[in-house]
Order: sequence, then C-alpha cells, then structure tokens
Amino acid sequence: MSMHATDTATRHSIVVEAPIERAFSTFTEGFGSFKPREHNLLEVDIAETVFDTRVGGNIYDRGVDGSECRWARVLEFDPPHRVVFSWDISPRWQIETDLDRTSEVEVRFVAEAPHRTRVELEHRYLDRHGEGWEAVREGVGGEQGWPLYLDRFAREVDG
Amino acid sequence: MATYQSDGLTALGDPTRRVIFERLADRPRAVGELASELPVSRPAVSQHLKVLKDAGLVVDQPVGTRRIYQVDPDGLAALRGYLDHFWDQALAGFKAAVERQTKETE
Repeated sequence: MSMHATDTATRHSIVVEAPIERAFSTFTEGFGSFKPREHNLLEVDIAETVFDTRVGGNIYDRGVDGSECRWARVLEFDPPHRVVFSWDISPRWQIETDLDRTSEVEVRFVAEAPHRTRVELEHRYLDRHGEGWEAVREGVGGEQGWPLYLDRFAREVDG
Repeated sequence: MATYQSDGLTALGDPTRRVIFERLADRPRAVGELASELPVSRPAVSQHLKVLKDAGLVVDQPVGTRRIYQVDPDGLAALRGYLDHFWDQALAGFKAAVERQTKETE
C-alpha cells in the first residue's frame, strides 16, 4: 500500500470563463464569497472571511462577535499567476500552532484564452498533519470539533 | 490512485455519510450511538459505515460486545477525503462567483 504513503496531496482544477486577473482577484480578495461558510472553527457565525493579499498575511474568519480564527498564512503571492498559503487546521479541526505540522495549498492560474482561465489547486504535504491521527487513535475526546454541517451545505448548493 | 481517491470522495458524497464521518472524526463511536444521535435507523448506519470502511476512511474494532468505529488513524485517507470534498465545493463556488462578476461587468 505504498501509494497511500506517497500520495500526500490532493489536486483539483477548474476552468472559469473569466480573465486571469479577475480569476486571481476573486480567488484571493473574494475568498469569503465562495468559501463554504459552514467550515467554521469559531463558536459563532462568520461575519466575513479576509484574505490578506501579501506574503506574511493571513486568511482568517471574523465572527459576528468580533472573534477571529487565523487558519492560514500567505506564503507566496504572485498575482495573477500563483498564490501559496498554509493550512493550519489539524485533522482534529483545531488550529495547529506547531507549524511543522501544517500542510500547504498552491493555486496556479493559467490563461487559456483572454476570457478563460484554468485554475489548478494542489493541497500538499498532508502527511505533516500525521501526528493528529495519533490523537484520534487514542480516542482523545474533542469538545471543539469542527461543527461542519455539510449536509445542510450540500442541500443549499444542490438547490 | 485515481480509483482510491474517487472511492473516498464517493463515500463522502452522501450527506448522511458525511455526518457519520464527522461524528467519528470528533471521537470513536459505536453503531448504536450513531443511530441514537441521527435520524437514521441502525441498519442504515451499519450500511453507511460499511461504505466508509470499504473506502478506507474508517476502521472498526470490537470492544466487548460492541464494535467501535473511528476515522482511519493509520492513513491520510480520511483527511484527503475530507479535503477533496472541501476543495470541490470551494472551486465550484469560486467558478460561480467569478463568472457572475464577469457577467455583471460586461
């Protein structure tokens, strides 16, 4: 089963009918407009999701009560071609403070035509989260589980 | 690899299975426990667990007379399956958002 051991990334791509600049700005500045809001580590509803458009910035959710959850660090920012950010969420759906145990998301934008852009996303180094699974194995109870109401979300998306 | 990936994604494509998977990510649980928490019959829960198990997302072990299920602790399958679903949804939302904007400005 070596493929499990080596396959530590998940890759996705999508083609959108928009110029590359708009695709890039929507993905970054507009991240909150499409990020499933149910993906929320805060204890309250998310008022907005902010994507700092600079290296060293964060992607963070701000709750309706002003609380914040900084769940990603912007590692590379090269408009309109490429952005890389960390994924500081552990497999137990908590903020990971040990940066060696975080994964990374790279998003590349490729202009296929003046009004068509291919977006390639790779979420890699998933094995770095490995330690988290030991906690799961030990059955450590987690009161702060990620309240993911994906069924509700899927119903909304599917109409 | 592709087959393996789609297995996990397919298994999490069902809303009830996603909820079961999330409960197990929170902590290990027995079939009866899941059935009592969800508006789903015990046989249906068992069936969903079988699909999740076949996809490599959860594992089970007998504890006394019960069988306890938990997210597969040895692999990345569960995390990958989850992220696959997350990014699928996010990119679909992204496409809708960017194309809506483009249409509005034309």
